[in-house]
Amino acid sequence: MKKLMKGNEAIAEAAIQAGCRFFFGYPITPQNQIPEYMSKRMPEVGGCFLQSESEVAAINMVYGAGGAGARVMTSSSSPGISLKQEGISYIVGAEVPCVIVNMVRGGPGLGSIQPAQSDYYQSTRGGGHGDYRMCVLAPSSVQEAVDLTQEAFDIADRYRNPVMVLGDGLIGQMMEPVDMDLCKDRKPAEDLTEKTWAATGHVPTEEAPRAIINSLYIQPDVLEKHCQKLQAKYDAIEAAECRWQEEETEDAEIVIVAYGTTSRICRSAMRKLRQEGIRVGMIRPITLWPFPEAAIRSTLKTARQYLCVEMSMGQMIDDVRLAVNGERPVDFYGRTGGMVPTVTEIVDKVKAMYDNDDLHKAEKAFNDTVGAVGNAFNKLGQKIEKAVNNPELEQKAENFRKQASDVANRAASGLAKGMDAMASTLGKAFSSIFGGAQPEEPKSTETVDTPAENNEGGEQ
Amino acid sequence: MATVFKKTSMLTDKPFHYCPGCTHGIIHRLTAEVLEELGIGETAIGVAPVGCAVFAYDYFNCDMMEAAHGRAPAVATGIKRVHPDKAVFTYQGDGDLASIGAAEIVHAATRGEKITVIFVNNAIYGMTGGQMAPTTLPGQVTTTSPYGRDTNHCGFPVHVSEMLATLNGPAYIERVSVHDVAHVKKAKAAIKKAFQLQMEGKGFTLIEVISSCPTNWGKTPKEALEWVKSDMIPNYPLGVYKDITAGGDQ
Repeated sequence: MKKLMKGNEAIAEAAIQAGCRFFFGYPITPQNQIPEYMSKRMPEVGGCFLQSESEVAAINMVYGAGGAGARVMTSSSSPGISLKQEGISYIVGAEVPCVIVNMVRGGPGLGSIQPAQSDYYQSTRGGGHGDYRMCVLAPSSVQEAVDLTQEAFDIADRYRNPVMVLGDGLIGQMMEPVDMDLCKDRKPAEDLTEKTWAATGHVPTEEAPRAIINSLYIQPDVLEKHCQKLQAKYDAIEAAECRWQEEETEDAEIVIVAYGTTSRICRSAMRKLRQEGIRVGMIRPITLWPFPEAAIRSTLKTARQYLCVEMSMGQMIDDVRLAVNGERPVDFYGRTGGMVPTVTEIVDKVKAMYDNDDLHKAEKAFNDTVGAVGNAFNKLGQKIEKAVNNPELEQKAENFRKQASDVANRAASGLAKGMDAMASTLGKAFSSIFGGAQPEEPKSTETVDTPAENNEGGEQ
Repeated sequence: MATVFKKTSMLTDKPFHYCPGCTHGIIHRLTAEVLEELGIGETAIGVAPVGCAVFAYDYFNCDMMEAAHGRAPAVATGIKRVHPDKAVFTYQGDGDLASIGAAEIVHAATRGEKITVIFVNNAIYGMTGGQMAPTTLPGQVTTTSPYGRDTNHCGFPVHVSEMLATLNGPAYIERVSVHDVAHVKKAKAAIKKAFQLQMEGKGFTLIEVISSCPTNWGKTPKEALEWVKSDMIPNYPLGVYKDITAGGDQ
C-alpha cells in the first residue's frame, strides 16, 4: 500500500528495513528528520540511535560500528559532510562498509539551507585525502530514495566500501507516495557473505583470524599494493554498479544530462519541447560514480548537442564532457545557492541551443531562400501574363515562356539535387544552387535565372 | 620445572618499536596482563591511536581498529554500541587525546560510554619528533617551544583527569605512573579496576599514565624516569580523581 512520506523519513525507515541498526548523526538542516525519525524508531527495533558531539565524531562512530560488523548509517548536509571527509577517507582505506546520506544544500561555507547539487565534485572525486572512490547514488523521487538507500547497504557490504546517497533539500523535504511494503524487512542481497573480517571481539579461527581494521601501511610498496587492490575494487564497482535512466534518447538531437531534482524539471521541459517538435532526450545518471559514460556515448549517433543541467555552477558537466570526449558541443545551464531552475528556463535554453545549431541555421536559411525563389517565380509569372496580353510581344513572350519554363525546370531539378546533396554537405548544395551566395540573403528577382546557369556548373 | 613467569598471551610476539627507556612497553604489558587476568582479552576490541602507539594493533593480541588522530573514543563508541558485552578500550597519547581529540574524549566521558581509556601522558608529541603538546609543562623545551613553553603565549597544560572528573559520566578516573616498581604495581591495579567497572557496566573509565620520553626530552632513560618524579608528578599529581564505587563521591 502506498503511503505519503517525507523523503528524509522514508530514507530512515528504508534503512531500518534493510537491517540498519546503528545510526550516528548530528543535527543540520535540511536532513534533521532522518536523525529524528531514527531516534524514535531505533529503540523499537532494538537498534541504537546516538546523537554525536560533532559530524567528525559521528563518522568515526560509524567507522567503529561498521568495523565491528554492523549495518550502520549516518546522514548530514553539505557543511557536515565536509567535516566527515577525514573519516570517510579512513573508512575507505580500512575497507569498512557503511551508508552516508547527504541532503545537499547551497554552499560554499555555511551557504544556505535550500536544495543544491554543488557537492558533486566532493562526492564523486573522493572529497577526503588519498586515492579513493565511493559509489554515489542520486535518487530523484522519494520512492527511488527508498529503493536506493536499501541497495546502498548491499553495495557497501559487497565491496566493503562506503556508499553515499546524494539527495538534495527537495528530495529530503518533499512528500510523495511510497510503497513501503516493497521494502519491508528487506533481506541482504544473496551474494553477501558473513563478515568474517570484522572486529567483533571473536576468538580467532582459521576462517576469521584476529581482525585488524586499519588504513595505515607505513611501507610505501605495501601501501601501493593496497591502493592497487582498492583500485581493482573500484573497477569492479564501475563494471557492475553503474545505474542510469534514458528517456526519449532514440532520436534525440539534443540530449539533456541531469540527476536528482533537476532531472524532474528537465523531464517537464523535455515534454514541452517535444510538443514543439524539438527532438530532446535525457540521460539521468542514478549513480554519479560510477558515471554512466557508456550510456552517454551511445547517444552520439543521434545527438548533435548535449546540455548538462545542475543546481550548481557546473560540476557534472566535466564528466559529460569527458564522456563526449570533444565529439559534440556540451552546454550548461545551472542555478545555484539554493535556487532551482524552472521549466521555462530550460525550455528557453534548449531552444537557444537548437537555433544556434549550424544545421538549423542552415535549414532556416534554406527555407528563406526557397521562399525567395518562389517569390521570384511569382513575379516572373506576372510578367509573362503581361507579355501574353500584348500581341506585339507574342513572339518575345513565347521565347520568354520557354526560357521561364527552362529556368523553372532547371531550378526544380537543381533544388531536388541540392536537397539530396544537403544530406551530406549543406554548404556544397547551396553553392551548387545559388553560386555560393550568402544563404541568409534571399535573392532579388533580377537574378532569378542565375541559379539555373550556376546549377550547370554545380553538376560538373 | 615450574613456570614462575610467562609473557601474557594478550601481547603478540612482535617486538615493540618503542625507543629505549620509553615506558609505553610497560603500559602495553600492564594492559595486556589485565585483559588476560580478567578473562576478557580474547574477546576484547581495542582502538589504536595516532602517535607513538599507532602500531598498537600489532601488539595487542585481540581484534583491533586503528582510529584517526584523536577519534579513538568515537570509534570505540561505535564498537561498544554494537558489542556491549565485549571489553572495548582505547590506547591514546596526550596529543591525540587532549588536543585534537579533546571533543571526542569529553563527550565519550560525559555519555558514560562503557569503555576503558588508557591515556599515556608524556607531555610531548613523540611520534612527530618532539613538538609541544597540550600537556607540555610550563617552561618545557620542545621543538616548537624552543625557548620553553611560555604560558603567556600558548597557555597552560591540560589536566585531563581533573577535567573529566567534573563530569557525571565517568565511573573511574585515576592518574598513575610507571617510573618505579611500586608505581607499576599501582598502575596495574588501577587499569584492572577500570576494566572491571567497564564490564560491570558502571560507565566511562580512564587511567592516565604518566610516561617518559627520553628521546624527545633529550635525557637518558634513567634521567627521564627521574624527571617524571621531579617535574611531571608535581604538575600532574597522582591519585584517584573519580570513583563511583568509593561512596560519597556522587
